[in-house]
Amino acid sequence: MRAASLDEACALLVEGADETKLIAGGQSLVPMLAMRLTRPSRLVDINEIAALKQITIDGGAARTGACARQAVVARDDRLYERVPLLRRTLAWVGHTQTRNRGTIGGSLAHADPAAELPLTAQVLEARLHIRSARRQRVSSAADFFVGPLTTALEADECLHEIEWPVWAERRSGCAFTEVSRRHGDFAMIAACAQVALGEDGRCTRAAFGLAGGATTAIAFPALAARLVGTKLEDGVVRDVCQDAAAELDPAGDLHASAAYRKHLATVLAARVLREAYTEAYAMAGAGSRPSPR
Amino acid sequence: MTKFGPDPIFRYIGKKRRAKEDPRFVMGRGRFAADIWLPGMKHVALVASPHPSARIVSIDASAALALPGVHYALTGEEYCDACDALMIGVDAPKVERYALARGVVRYVGEWVVAVVADTRAIAEDAAELVEVVYEPTPHVIDPEVAIKDDSPLVHPAHGSNVILHKHFNWGPVDDTFARAEHTLAMRVRWGRSSTVPIETFGAVAQWDPGQELLDVWASVQMPKFPDQLARALRLPGNAVRVHYDVDVGGSYGVKRGIKHTTLVGYLAKRLGMPIRLVEDRLENMRGGDMHGPDRIFDMNVAFDGNGTLRGLKIRAIDDVGAYAGRSPFQLGKPVTAICGPYRIGAIEYEPIAVLTNKTPEEAVRGFGQSPTNFALERTLDCVARYLEIDPIEIRRRNLIRKDEFPYKIPSGSTYDSGDYHTVVDKTLAAADYPALVAQRDAARRAGKLAGIGISTCLEPNGGNSGFEPLLNPKNDTTTWMDSCLVRVDLNAAITGVMGTSSSGQGHETLVSTVIGEVLERDPETIRVVRADSLQALPSNSPVGSRMAIMLGGAAAGAARKIREALIDIAAHNLRCSIEQVEYRDGNCSVRGQPDKRLTWEQLVGIAHRTIHKMPSGMEPGLQAKFVWDVPTGGALPSPDNTIQIYPCYSFEAHLVYVEIDPDTAAPEIRKYVCGHDCGVMISPDIVHGMTYGGIAHGIGAALYEKFSYTADGQLQSGTLMDYLIPTAMEVPPIAIVDHCTPSPLTTFGQKGSGEAGYLGGPAAVGNAINDALAPLGARMDETPMTHDALWHTIHNARSPEAK
Amino acid sequence: MTEKRHAISVEVNGLRRTDEVPARLSLVDWLRDRQRLTGTHIGCEHGTCGACSVMLDGEAVRSCLMFAVQADGHRVKTVEGLCNADGTLGVLQDSFCETHAMQCGYCTPGMLIAAQALLDTVPDPTEAQIRDAIGGNLCRCTGYQQIVDAIKLAARKMGSGPNFEPT
Repeated sequence: MRAASLDEACALLVEGADETKLIAGGQSLVPMLAMRLTRPSRLVDINEIAALKQITIDGGAARTGACARQAVVARDDRLYERVPLLRRTLAWVGHTQTRNRGTIGGSLAHADPAAELPLTAQVLEARLHIRSARRQRVSSAADFFVGPLTTALEADECLHEIEWPVWAERRSGCAFTEVSRRHGDFAMIAACAQVALGEDGRCTRAAFGLAGGATTAIAFPALAARLVGTKLEDGVVRDVCQDAAAELDPAGDLHASAAYRKHLATVLAARVLREAYTEAYAMAGAGSRPSPR
Repeated sequence: MTKFGPDPIFRYIGKKRRAKEDPRFVMGRGRFAADIWLPGMKHVALVASPHPSARIVSIDASAALALPGVHYALTGEEYCDACDALMIGVDAPKVERYALARGVVRYVGEWVVAVVADTRAIAEDAAELVEVVYEPTPHVIDPEVAIKDDSPLVHPAHGSNVILHKHFNWGPVDDTFARAEHTLAMRVRWGRSSTVPIETFGAVAQWDPGQELLDVWASVQMPKFPDQLARALRLPGNAVRVHYDVDVGGSYGVKRGIKHTTLVGYLAKRLGMPIRLVEDRLENMRGGDMHGPDRIFDMNVAFDGNGTLRGLKIRAIDDVGAYAGRSPFQLGKPVTAICGPYRIGAIEYEPIAVLTNKTPEEAVRGFGQSPTNFALERTLDCVARYLEIDPIEIRRRNLIRKDEFPYKIPSGSTYDSGDYHTVVDKTLAAADYPALVAQRDAARRAGKLAGIGISTCLEPNGGNSGFEPLLNPKNDTTTWMDSCLVRVDLNAAITGVMGTSSSGQGHETLVSTVIGEVLERDPETIRVVRADSLQALPSNSPVGSRMAIMLGGAAAGAARKIREALIDIAAHNLRCSIEQVEYRDGNCSVRGQPDKRLTWEQLVGIAHRTIHKMPSGMEPGLQAKFVWDVPTGGALPSPDNTIQIYPCYSFEAHLVYVEIDPDTAAPEIRKYVCGHDCGVMISPDIVHGMTYGGIAHGIGAALYEKFSYTADGQLQSGTLMDYLIPTAMEVPPIAIVDHCTPSPLTTFGQKGSGEAGYLGGPAAVGNAINDALAPLGARMDETPMTHDALWHTIHNARSPEAK
Repeated sequence: MTEKRHAISVEVNGLRRTDEVPARLSLVDWLRDRQRLTGTHIGCEHGTCGACSVMLDGEAVRSCLMFAVQADGHRVKTVEGLCNADGTLGVLQDSFCETHAMQCGYCTPGMLIAAQALLDTVPDPTEAQIRDAIGGNLCRCTGYQQIVDAIKLAARKMGSGPNFEPT
C-alpha cells in the first residue's frame, strides 16, 4: 500500500510487524523479492511522500530525505558545494536507470557490505534520523550498520533523513574509487577519503574508509588521525593503508579472493587519500570544485 | 555456379541497404515467444533439483495442487513413460535424456516437476509447495576425476563417464615428433561459458484434437527441431506444426529447447489447454541445458628453429555435463580446421567427452572452433616466445599462402580460398601497428602492464555435419541441405519463402537481396516469409555460419529458375531463340531490337493468366523451388578418418591492445582491430554487426564469463549479477577492415559469417594479456582471465619465491 | 484466497489507462500482459539487463523493479510511444535502422529508451557519455558499436550534435 505521509508509513509498520517492509526505489529490494529471498506479505510504498524527498541546506549541515532519488542528489549543485563526496560517490552507484529510481535511504537501509553510500555515510560520520510511531531518534552511521544487509533499524522504524556533516575547512578535497568486475557492478573493494589541509599544506583533518572488505563498510578514524600533521607522504600513507587493510577480514567469493580484496584495500585506500590530498592542495587559490568524470 | 574474380560487380549484393527486419523491432512490434498469447493459455513453473546427484525418494504435489488456479503437476514418472528419450548424437544409447528427471537427479537445476497454473506467479507459488524428498548420492564435478575408473558414475548404465573417446592420426605424426628440432607441451583451459542470449527460451504449444495437430511457437534455432519433437512425443511427423515466424531474441547456437518444447507439447496434449513455458533467468542458467564448451587442451607442437610448425598433437577433454544431445559433436567440428590457417603436415587429435554432474551443454557459436582456436593461438604464441620470434612473424611463416589454395589439410577438408597475409597486412595497417607498439612500450616505461595480442583464425562455414559420422560411425548423416521457394504473384509481386527461424541474422534481408540480384528487381519490393514446418521445404536451420551460402544459394537457385522461365516465355512470344533474349530488370527484349519487348508485368501476366501464350508443357504460374546440399557434397569418412566437412573458410585476424593496472590488476582493452575476409558480403551492415557482436562475445569469454561451480556442484553464477556479460563500457570501439577472397564454390563468392569475431577474439585478447604479463615472466592459459586470476598471476610473479 | 486488487490510473504513451491489479504484479508484466504492449521485454527480472527499460515521468527506469501499483498517477512511455503521432519512425528509431543498431531486436526497446533519455538531457553526447548511458543495457548481438553510431547519428540529425561520422 501507498503511504501518503511518514506518520502513515510508521503506523502501517506497527500494524504489520514482521510481515511488512518499506519499499522506496526498489532497486535492491525487488530483485530479492523476485528471487524469493525475502517474503514480506505487505509492502508499504513510501515513494510518494514529499517530506522524505527534501534536500535541505542550513548552517553546518546538509540533509537529504531518505527517499531523495540518487540521481537528484547527484545533480544538486548546492549539495555538491557542501558535501562534494556525495556526487563523487554516486557516480559509482549502479547505472543511470537505477539511480533514477534508487534512493539515498534505500541504499543505506539495505546495507550491502560493498555498497558505496553506506561507506560514505561512515566516513563522513553521517547522522541518520529515524522515525517510528513510538519515537524519533538519531543514529550515528557507525552504530547504524550492524552487519551484512543488517542495520539498527527496528521492524517499526523508517529512515526519515540523513544529515551529512559539512566540512568548514576551505582547503579540502575528497575522492571515491572502487574496483568492480564491470562498470556498475558491486565493488570488490570501494574506498573513499576526505582530507583538509592547513595553509602550510599539512593535513588538519582526514577521514577514509573501505567497503567490500568486511561485514559492513568501515571508516578508520583512528588511522586517519595519524595523517594529521603530515603531508600524506608516501610512506605515511602506505603504513596507514596497510594497517587499515590488516583490520579487514574480507570474504572470498566468486569474483574476488580474500587475498585480492586485501591487496585492493591497501591500493585503493592509498589512491583516494592521495587524490583527496591533491585536490585539497590545489585549493590554495580557492575556486570551484571539478565535477567528477 | 558462377566463378568470380577478386572484385565482382553486383547491383544489390554488397551494397549499403537497410535491413528489412529492423523497422518492426524499433517500433516494438517484434513477435517473440513470450508475446504469443492464446486464449485459455496456462503457464508452467519448474521444481528443480537442489542436489548434483540424488535419488528421488518421493514427490508430494498435493499442497501445490490444492492452490486455486493450479491445474497439474507433471512428474518424470508419467512423462518418461509417455515420451521417448531425446536424441543423442554420439554412440551412448544408455545416456538417456528426458525433459524431467525420473528416479534420479543428475545436476543442480535439473527439472523434476512441472507445475501448470493459470498464471506464472501462481505456478511459482505452487512449485514451492511441492515436496520432493531426495537421498543424495556421490557426485563428480571435476572432469579429470570423472574420467577415472573409480569416479562416481553419472549414468551407471553406460558404465563410465566417457561418452566419446577417439584417436585420430593424420599424417606421419610419430615420425615428425621424433625428428623435430623442438617440441613444446602446454595445457590450455577454456572456461565453461555460453552465449546467454538476453531472451531466455520460451515455448507455447496447443493441441487441436479435431485435427490431431500440435501447434508450436518457440524461440528456437535448431536443426531437425519439429522432427525430434514429433519423435519424442510419439506423434507422426505431420502432427507437429512449428511456426517459424517467431522472432528469436538471440541464440548464437543455444536455443535448442527440445526438452522444454517436448514438455510443453506433452502437457498441451495431455491437458487439452494451450501451455506456455518461458524460462526465468535462473531456470535458464541452471536448468536450460545451454552451457557451452568447457575444455582442457593438452597441446604438443613440433617445430623448427625458425618457427616452422611441423606437427601438432591435441588432446581435448570436454566436460559436457550430466546429459548430452548434439553438444559432444563440438569436439568434432574443429576437425575441419584442426590446424587453423597454418601449414602443418602431421596432426594427432584425441577428443574426449566426459559426463559430470553439471548442467548439460548445448551448441555454442562456432561449435567448438573458438576454444580450439584459443588453444592453437596460445600455443603458437608460446612457440614464438620460446624461439624469441615476433608473434606476427611466426604467423607469416606458417600461414597458408594465397597461391596454395585450394588447400587440403591432413584431416581431409579443403580450404576453398583465402589471402591470409593480405588480411594481416591490412589489419596491421588499420591499427597503425608501429604506433601501437610505441604506445605499448611507452606505457610499459610509465609502469603499466601493456600488451599487444594477435590471432589469426579460421571460421569454417557452410554447416555440413560430416563430424557426425566421424565421431559416431553408427550415425551416417551426410545430408545438410537447405532450400528456398520463390513465387511471383498475379500482381507481379515477388515473395521468397524460407523454412526456418531467425535470431537476428537478417535472413529476410539476405534472401530479398539475393532474389533481387538474380531477377534484377528492387529488393525493397520483395517480401520474405517463413513457412511453418508442415509447409516448409527442408532446412537445417542457421548453424555453422551456413545461411549466406546455403539459403543464399537456394534463393539464387530458385530465382534463377524464375528468370529462365521468364526468358522462355519471352522467347516463345517474341518468336526468337532463348539466346537472343536480353533480360534486363525483369523485362525481356530481342537482342538488337529493343522495340520487340515484353515487360515484367506482361510476362508475369502470361504466366498466370494466358496459358495459350505459354510454351507448351511449361508449368503455369511463376514459382520455383530450389533444394540443395553443401557445395562440396556429403560423404562418409574415409577409412583413414579423413573427411571433407565444411566447404568454405572465412578468415579473421584480430589485433588487440590491452593495459592492465599493475596495482589493481584491472584489464582494459584500449584498441581493437579485426581484419575479416568472408568472401563477398551480401549485406555488409549485417555481416559487420555480427562480427562486432562476436568480438564482444569473445571479450566476455576471455575476461568475464564463467559458469562457476562449487565442489558441491552448486552453480554460483546463475543470474546476470554473477554471470557477467560485457556492457558498452567493457567492449571498446572496434574497427573492422574487410578483405574479399571470393569462394569458388558459392553462387556469388560469398562465405558464411555468423560466427565471426567470436572465433578469433578470445585468442587475441588472451595473447594480449600474455604479452602484457611477459615482462614479469608470467603467463595465463585459462579463460576467463578475471581480475582475481590476473592479480594472483601478477602477485605470484612478483613475489620473492618467483625470483 | 484471491489476491487483493488495487485500482490504478496510469498515463501510458499519452493515453490514460485504468485497471485493477494485484499488488505484486510488476510494471513490466502489467504493460505486457494487461495492456498488451509487448514491445517492452523481460530478460532477467532482477534489474540487471535493461531490456525492460521504460520512461517513468520522463526518466529511464527498469520496469521489472517496479510494481504496477507504484505507477498509479504517473506517466509511462514505452517503445511503442517513441513513434511520431502519425506512426512514422522518430529520429532515434530511424537512426537505429540506418546504422543497423540491432539484430535480434530483443534489447532494442530498452536501448531506445535509454538512448532517448540521454538525448533528452544531453543533446550532444560524447562517445563516453553514450556508452555510460547504455551501460545498464545488455546486448548480446551487436557489440554496441552500431548502437553507439545510431545515437551519434540521431544527435547530429536532431541538430545539436557535432560532426560525428557514423562508421
